[in-house]
Amino acid sequence: MGKTKMTKTMWKPTGLALAAIAATAAVALAVPSAMAQRDPAYAAARAAGQVGEQPDGYLGFATTPTPAIRALVQDLNIKRKAAYTASAQSTGSTVEQFAFTSGCNLIAQTKAGEKYQTPSGAWKTRDGSPPERDARCP
Amino acid sequence: MKTTKTGARRLAIGGRYVAVMIGASALAGCVQIETPDKPIEINLNINIRQEVVYRLDGDAKKLIEQNSEIF
Repeated sequence: MGKTKMTKTMWKPTGLALAAIAATAAVALAVPSAMAQRDPAYAAARAAGQVGEQPDGYLGFATTPTPAIRALVQDLNIKRKAAYTASAQSTGSTVEQFAFTSGCNLIAQTKAGEKYQTPSGAWKTRDGSPPERDARCP
Repeated sequence: MKTTKTGARRLAIGGRYVAVMIGASALAGCVQIETPDKPIEINLNINIRQEVVYRLDGDAKKLIEQNSEIF
């Protein structure tokens, strides 16, 4: 009798702990997948060609943006700069060098219909052909 | 009278030469000022070189993949 009582009292906290672990794991799994997705407003602006990739690794406006899109892009560019800064430090490069290399890749990754800026500064819509990039891009 | 005139002419010619010399030295000074072209070479080093872009390419790809929500 005493033994069963003891196991019961021991089981309760373990169950709670397991539930807590499961909950944390669920959050940990859910957060990256939620983070990995673009903000719907940003995705829409990109698809509409209002926002495009610049050769310097930052987002730019192909057409005059609404205040909401402007704020959204500024926020993303600040986050990008923070990411570039951290990577530049770990690779022993400058923020500009790392941002530029990222820009090469980001322009290459644009999908048909999306906008990107050519080295001359003109905005182009990506089609099936390779994008016009800086000669230094890999 | 003649000698003074020629003297004055000589002086005038001399003055012109001096003016030309000053002009030339001023030009020479300009050329010397241009020598700080070297800091531009340093700027070229700061600028993005292709070899640097190639070296950073893999890390840039990783960063974009891992932070796809901001790219």
